Amino acid sequence: MLELHAITAGYDRRAPVVREVSLTVEPGEAVGLLGPSGCGKSTLARVAALLHRPDSGTLVLDGEPVRGWRHQAPRALRTAIGVVFQQPRLSSDPRLRLADLIAEPLRATGRREEAAGRVAELAAPLGLTPDLLRRRPHEVSDGQLQRACLARALALRPRWLICDEVTAMLDASTTAALVEAIEHYRSTTGAGLLAVGHDHTLLRRWCDRTVHWDALTSSDGHTTAALDVPASRSAR
Amino acid sequence: MTSISDATSGTAAAEEAEEAEPVWRSRGTDRRSTRTIRVYTSATLIVATVLAVLLVPPAVQLDQQAIDLSAKLLPPSWEHPFGTDDVGRDLLLRCVHGLRVSLLVGVAAALAATVIGTAVGACAGALGGWVDRGVMRLVDTFSSVPHLLLGIFIIAMFRPGVWPVVISVALTHWLSTARIVRAEILSLRSRPYIDAAVSGGASRWRVTVRHLLPGVLPQAALAAVLMIPHAMWHESALSFLGLGLPTHTASLGTLVQSARGSLLAGQWWPTLFPGLFIIVPTLAIAGLAGAWRERLNPRRRSELML
Repeated sequence: MLELHAITAGYDRRAPVVREVSLTVEPGEAVGLLGPSGCGKSTLARVAALLHRPDSGTLVLDGEPVRGWRHQAPRALRTAIGVVFQQPRLSSDPRLRLADLIAEPLRATGRREEAAGRVAELAAPLGLTPDLLRRRPHEVSDGQLQRACLARALALRPRWLICDEVTAMLDASTTAALVEAIEHYRSTTGAGLLAVGHDHTLLRRWCDRTVHWDALTSSDGHTTAALDVPASRSAR
Repeated sequence: MTSISDATSGTAAAEEAEEAEPVWRSRGTDRRSTRTIRVYTSATLIVATVLAVLLVPPAVQLDQQAIDLSAKLLPPSWEHPFGTDDVGRDLLLRCVHGLRVSLLVGVAAALAATVIGTAVGACAGALGGWVDRGVMRLVDTFSSVPHLLLGIFIIAMFRPGVWPVVISVALTHWLSTARIVRAEILSLRSRPYIDAAVSGGASRWRVTVRHLLPGVLPQAALAAVLMIPHAMWHESALSFLGLGLPTHTASLGTLVQSARGSLLAGQWWPTLFPGLFIIVPTLAIAGLAGAWRERLNPRRRSELML
């Protein structure tokens, strides 16, 4: 279970982007989170991926409350969640070849000897040829890079996947290939998925359940207010 | 309607013509070609300096320390192209030896300063929080003391020699590199690929060494090269004040210092040539590094003008 309870988070304590949001993802379930641009769903995804410390609220992962974020989170917890970001260009180190990019989590966790085999295993179904794997991020297209980023997220066989607008910059066929790869991984491992996006059609067809951002508000309805008026005004 | 659109398109055309004026274009190309000339001149001078420093002392089997009192203070001639000093030593040979020492000190001090600065800046930037605040206040404190003065304090703790000068210059010049590296790391740290690395289980150390430091390397290398002329000036200044190298060791600073007396007597060559040897290589290095900096960051060119 990935449980977010009454999460308030943002980049300025006086004007949080996410207010009192709660969301639960069951094991093996695919949840689509829909919301307009700028509503804070990416921030929520970062909190769920242990990459951003919330101002308040709790995150319970597989029954255990999370106490630290980023480097303060235990490595086993961090690597239990695979993250794919919206912009592959920004989320890949420009100096690493795609093969190294995909192998990086394995090397970082001291499983260097598995790297070559795992990269080949991940790359083939995603259509990443050995030629592509030798290139650096600026030498491949957005779609190819996003597939490499997905392979990197799957390298450590995470139990949870968080996809933040992964298909926003891609064409229909790449989107289909990416979704198919994620679904294939989920069907073999039973991993849960939190997919964030604004594409209703895609998320409705992809996920078991979709939630609209507005529906996540707690009883006092703060989040709805935050959607309509500038954060600073609603903070007063 | 047609007339209006004609008129607007006419204005647009006129504007375009104005923009494509030869004056404007020639200024653009001019600037570019002066830059190319500057790069080539600087590179040639640097190569010449390095060759002179490496090849002349072994090739010319004359002793730069050989004293010949019968030939003291001779003006430039074919036999002594730069003349001789007050005890009859050949100035060309002394200058080349001096340049050798000054370059060695400059390069060693710049490298040491960059290593210290990069390490401190990377720690501050990567760890953040109170470490960052503490370290940067320390940097501010050090920067508030004039660095020549601080360098004199440091050098006073050692016997005169080459390495005390290197230590003194290095310990007073890592501050700007630390600031540059910290700022660069702070900007890299918020990139999504760092998030991806954290999520992939990378430790703080690995994030810093594998993802952050390679990103600041170009800036750090540039800072190191720009530091070389600065360090050479500092060596000269310290030696000129009699605090750097011992007077019998030829360095550009000691040469100028020992020639000070004869300048008042009208002998210009013992000061002029070592002076030129300080100015020309440092300007060449600064020129080349400046061009590199413009290439590295063309957007901020106006801010970077020296």
